[in-house]
Amino acid sequence: MLPAIVAGGMMLIPLVYLVVRASATERTELAAIVLRPFTLEVTLNTLALVGSVLALTTAIALPLALLVTRTDIPAKRAITILATLPLAIPGYVMAYALIGLSGYYGPLNAFFGLRLPRPEGLFGAALALSLYTFPYVFLNMRAALLGLDPALEESARSLGRSSRAAFLSVTLPHLRPALLSAWLVVALYTLGDYGAIALMRYDVLSSAIFSQYANAFEVNYAAWLALMLLAIAAAFLVLEGALNRGRRLARTGTGTRRSIPVVALGRWRWPALGFAALVHLASLGVPALVIAFWLSRAPADVDWAKVPATVLGTLSVALPAAALAVAIAVPVALVATRWPSRLTYGIERMTYFGYAVPALPFALATVFFTLAVVPALYQTLAILVIALALHSAALAVGPVRVRLLQIGPRVEESARSFGYSAPAAFRSVTLPALSRSVLAGAIFVFIMVAKELPITLLLAPSGFTTMAMNVFSRTHEGMLYEAAPYAALMIAFSAISVALMLRSERDRP
Amino acid sequence: MTDITNTAAPFLRIDGVSKRFGDVAALRDVSLDLREGEIHALIGPSGCGKSTLLRIVAGFEGADEGAVHLGERRIDTLKPEARGIGIVFQDYALFPHLTVAQNVAFALKYADDARRAAGTAPLLRMVRLDGLESRYPDELSGGQQQRVALARTFAAGPRAILLDEPFSNLDASLRETTRREIRDILKASGLGILFVTHDREEALSFADRISVLRDGGVEQTGLPKDLYFRPANAFVAGFLGSTNFLDGIADGASAETPIGRVSLDRPASGPVQLSLRPEAIGIAPEGSDGVPAIVASLVFKGHDASAFVRVGEATFEVLMPASLDVQPGQCVSVAARASAVVLKG
Repeated sequence: MLPAIVAGGMMLIPLVYLVVRASATERTELAAIVLRPFTLEVTLNTLALVGSVLALTTAIALPLALLVTRTDIPAKRAITILATLPLAIPGYVMAYALIGLSGYYGPLNAFFGLRLPRPEGLFGAALALSLYTFPYVFLNMRAALLGLDPALEESARSLGRSSRAAFLSVTLPHLRPALLSAWLVVALYTLGDYGAIALMRYDVLSSAIFSQYANAFEVNYAAWLALMLLAIAAAFLVLEGALNRGRRLARTGTGTRRSIPVVALGRWRWPALGFAALVHLASLGVPALVIAFWLSRAPADVDWAKVPATVLGTLSVALPAAALAVAIAVPVALVATRWPSRLTYGIERMTYFGYAVPALPFALATVFFTLAVVPALYQTLAILVIALALHSAALAVGPVRVRLLQIGPRVEESARSFGYSAPAAFRSVTLPALSRSVLAGAIFVFIMVAKELPITLLLAPSGFTTMAMNVFSRTHEGMLYEAAPYAALMIAFSAISVALMLRSERDRP
Repeated sequence: MTDITNTAAPFLRIDGVSKRFGDVAALRDVSLDLREGEIHALIGPSGCGKSTLLRIVAGFEGADEGAVHLGERRIDTLKPEARGIGIVFQDYALFPHLTVAQNVAFALKYADDARRAAGTAPLLRMVRLDGLESRYPDELSGGQQQRVALARTFAAGPRAILLDEPFSNLDASLRETTRREIRDILKASGLGILFVTHDREEALSFADRISVLRDGGVEQTGLPKDLYFRPANAFVAGFLGSTNFLDGIADGASAETPIGRVSLDRPASGPVQLSLRPEAIGIAPEGSDGVPAIVASLVFKGHDASAFVRVGEATFEVLMPASLDVQPGQCVSVAARASAVVLKG
């Protein structure tokens, strides 16, 4: 119980310091600091970006999900996998690919003599974010469509609705909760992203927090901006909860569910395939092409000697962070499943809270906490590892919790009846059965941390560098060939996590 | 069998156990005992507290009041692992990461030297699972899983075994055969067995003695036959089989009831409530001995059939051979063929 409470508390304490720091502003100065036109501008930009990304991801993902679940489009499995893979591409790599595509030295000009303006601003940022977050909407929609009981639509038909009316009046309302939760995930991603947006030179709250803290040294202003970003994230969470509350969409029947009948596409087959191909080309083809292009362009100019040290830098953060996250996740999941109560539920929610908090406010809070409480840890690898582990512990709680619920307390009780003490029973029965989920959780955290940019940028000791930091800073400086090897490595790393996800999806009974 | 259970000394005693969950009284002053070599069923509707009682004996729940003794030793204050009581869960709780032999060996770790030296082979032979040692639980049928769970429970050398709804996870078609097999294995072990069920047929056919629970209290404990033919109250009578409740006026050995004069299982006088099983009422052509009745409906059940007959305002269930030519709406005569059980009076 105790480790779980400590883990939950560690999530909250830094945020308290964020408030402490923000409230340190003199009341008379407050208005002058916070109420500038810039604040309004970045806030509106943030909301515009979230809106654009939600619209774009839905426009990509909803038709794709309908195609693979409700029509006879060929190669459904391939389309599904290809539509999941972009998850492996970090936002800043996607931005790197879009930026690297155009430009005087880019592949479009080199091969086709086609010169496009460098993508930037709202359009560039929304495109980069949408191309790697649409799989969340796609996977949620696909699962919801597959989970739908065809008898519902059939009942509507037998009650006199046309197939179109049945879809609109029965199917769509049932998709709403899944769509809303996918939107929440995408919106939180958008709020938390820093790399892609900064590369696209678009000013939003997160990039303003970073520049105010790291460049302008207006720390109190950064704290206020962080609180505003937090408030927007919290508002999204509450909104999603409120919109989904009181919906009665649970399946009430007990009969076996049949598979969904599919619609024959007929002559729409080729346009449909063309749409899917276009999505895959933009989300996967472009990054692959651009990275390969820049790798081949100037291999001699890349400082190859630096690569192993950078990989080592990433590993030195990601490995301990994964271990720590698992050490937090197992007790949290254990108390939440074995002794369900308001307290343990709260502790478990806390880890999700740590995950939902946008990265830069989280990092800033950690800085304030470290400076105020343990200044010795400021700018050390240790605090970076702790912050990243807390931020991503929820990824490990998920699989462990699901497995614990599957295992249940009976096997441990059995072991007790054979003479095993409570700890011995847990060690010899539950832990072995848990090992695969613990490993999966650790890998998810590992990948997440390896890809992570904003927290690492803000908390890394000076001189310390990771692969993610290199992709970002080299692209920022316009040295696209220098960024290429790291971008390639990042995608290779992340591909592992997507492979795991696809496997767990397939293993599900 | 009846002789054994009547003469063997009680060695697991549950005395005045009470348990509350918040505002809900799960068990109210429950006392019962288990004798050596006896199979004792706890039966009752869901929520009657039977599973809670099992978990208190096993040590996974604590009792608020009362005591549990195993032999001379008080065990309700001990940890589960120190009680020497085995339990087989409804879902068997086999360890999915261990093979059949490893599952059984797991339970041998804290067993006595003789058992450990003997190993898993004799246990698996006892439940006829030899040859399946290296299978994993998910490669076994439900019945085989249950026998692994049983062998594993025997391995630890318990003095008594608890079974929680042991047959509810089996196909109906397998249940009867499995029940006979398991009963033979349990009987051969000579251990006391306390088992929980909500299936009356299972309790009647599997147990040496039955305790009927309702709302956390014991309604009646006794031999299956005694409970079926001499239920102590209307609940026990109705729970262990379908029955007809009659109001009558008793005058000694018999009573006047809506279906005529009925002999009683014990002398009574004045107003009484009686229970008369469907098989204790005879049906005959109109005009025969008995009271006139009209057949309201018929339920065909294969080897026999139930006729629901109306006598005045009341409806009674009568069990009759399926071959009997009776039609709904037909006028018949009904009469008691056996004595009724006096429930109140």
